[in-house]
Amino acid sequence: MAEITHEPRFRITPRVWAKYPPLVLVCFLFIAAVLFVAIFADFLAPKLYTTQDLLNRLKPPSWLGGPEQYLLGTDELGRDILSRLFFAIRVSVFVAILGTIIGAVIGTFLGFLAAHSRGWIEEGIMMMVDVQASVPFLIIALAVLAFFGNSLTLFIIIMGINGWEAYARLTRGMVLSATTHGYAVAVRSLGARPLRIYGRHILPNIASALIVQFTLNFPSTILLETSLSFLGLGIQPPLTSLGQMLGAGRDHLILAWWISVIPGLTIFFTTLSISIVGDWLRDRLDPTLRGR
Amino acid sequence: MNFRFLCIKLLRALVTVMIVLTFVFIVLRVSGDPVETMLGDEADPEVVEFYRDKYGLDRPIYEQYFLYFKGVFSGDLGFSFKDERDAIEVVAERIPRTLQLGLASFAFSIFLGVPLGILAALNRNTALDRFTMGFAVFGYSIPNFFLGIVLILIFAMWLRMLPSSGSGTWLHLIMPVITLGTAGAGSLARFARSSMLEVLNKSYMRAATAKGVPRSRRIAWHALPNAAIPIVTIIGFRLGDMVAGSVITETVFAWPGVGRLLVTSVSGRDLAIVQTILILVALTMVTANLIVDLIYGWIDPRIRVSSSMDKD
Repeated sequence: MAEITHEPRFRITPRVWAKYPPLVLVCFLFIAAVLFVAIFADFLAPKLYTTQDLLNRLKPPSWLGGPEQYLLGTDELGRDILSRLFFAIRVSVFVAILGTIIGAVIGTFLGFLAAHSRGWIEEGIMMMVDVQASVPFLIIALAVLAFFGNSLTLFIIIMGINGWEAYARLTRGMVLSATTHGYAVAVRSLGARPLRIYGRHILPNIASALIVQFTLNFPSTILLETSLSFLGLGIQPPLTSLGQMLGAGRDHLILAWWISVIPGLTIFFTTLSISIVGDWLRDRLDPTLRGR
Repeated sequence: MNFRFLCIKLLRALVTVMIVLTFVFIVLRVSGDPVETMLGDEADPEVVEFYRDKYGLDRPIYEQYFLYFKGVFSGDLGFSFKDERDAIEVVAERIPRTLQLGLASFAFSIFLGVPLGILAALNRNTALDRFTMGFAVFGYSIPNFFLGIVLILIFAMWLRMLPSSGSGTWLHLIMPVITLGTAGAGSLARFARSSMLEVLNKSYMRAATAKGVPRSRRIAWHALPNAAIPIVTIIGFRLGDMVAGSVITETVFAWPGVGRLLVTSVSGRDLAIVQTILILVALTMVTANLIVDLIYGWIDPRIRVSSSMDKD
């Protein structure tokens, strides 16, 4: 008997780091540092990110024999990489957060709408979800940028449209099952309006899953922004972003690899940290989502 | 094959393409005079007049919509004012290169990722398992443009082993394939592992053990076919990432394919090309999804009966 009850239960998606919370802690610290830099870039940056020093162009980081005042070296116009990195982090994080919020709001709203209205509206919304899920969003984003030209507002809206379908699908599914639950039925019998049922009762119940989706969507938004900026079609100079720095540094790889590698590493560690924390959160907050 | 299942899938595929076409139609009209946007500012007034007449811009919007679809279905996707040729021609000659890179990367990620994931599942909690999971996380966290640049730095600039850009020999293919395929290999490894673990824990596996079936046969005949079902779907999902990834990879390595053409056309605002590529991508994705659905229905008969709405 004992053997049957103690049958080893494999988790559907075991992860190496599930056993190593210290790793999650390190990731948390890294994310906190990135956010701190994004908020206080003005105070932390030793120079303005546009200040040029033409006598000190393409200098290596100070710990690799470069001039002492440039901790991470300089780029092709002698601008301080450290300061540029701080401002690039600010722009990338700002765009990604704003984009993710827009996507979450649109997606959640449409998910509620689909679950509430059923019929043709639901079919229509789910159709759009399918379309967006089936055509890679980078291509759609590139097409929109080509048609409309580039502006920061449009760029942020594009970031927002990325990933809305995941929220819509998730919300619709959860709302549909929640409306049959006892608490929703009870509130409805008491005569509550749909808006109240959805906003006050169902939304708080499905919020944790949506938050997890938020952390899972965030790295992909950062990657979309950095990819587009890397291609030279996202954030435009004089503004800078992590992807834009990386892309601009590509022309100087032979002479000054640090211009590209430093923002590249920053992007890599940021998305890595958020994915790890997001996966960990998913396991903590919502065990029912495991394996999705 | 169930006829109804096929019809529903086909219909959905068709609707997806129609929505993408409608999207292009609307966006082109919302963003300004489509002919002027398409041809650029320096276009000859006569040419502008010709296209305006051709697209029927002075007619009601539903007629324009109809004309647009008629044009697209007869293969008229506009004129590239950069190349001074039909857009479809310009795009078509880039396709073989993209296919070459894409198929090689696809094969790379499948033949690296799936066996790794299965081996990891069979050797759970060993060093191999940890390595695989580490590789998987690394693989899909590293942005492909950064991976490409690191590869160029190491293998082209420091070791001088591989050419950093262009195409021609198979040596040119190595770095782009690794760049494009690593993310897929990572996620496939992770997925193959979890899918295999799930299957290994099923009661029919225990029944096979009890029956005295040897381990190798258990794995090959009982576990693998069942684990393959979800893996096939995820391979289908990967295609979208591959298409997006090839845009970046082709740009990093100056690979003369469709992806790079898209980037140069977007910055040059050569809209006929952009619209052609968008439609091409939509068609490819829809066809690929259809094929995956069919394979899926074929290897797992339970799927065939499910309708469109209960997929959640």
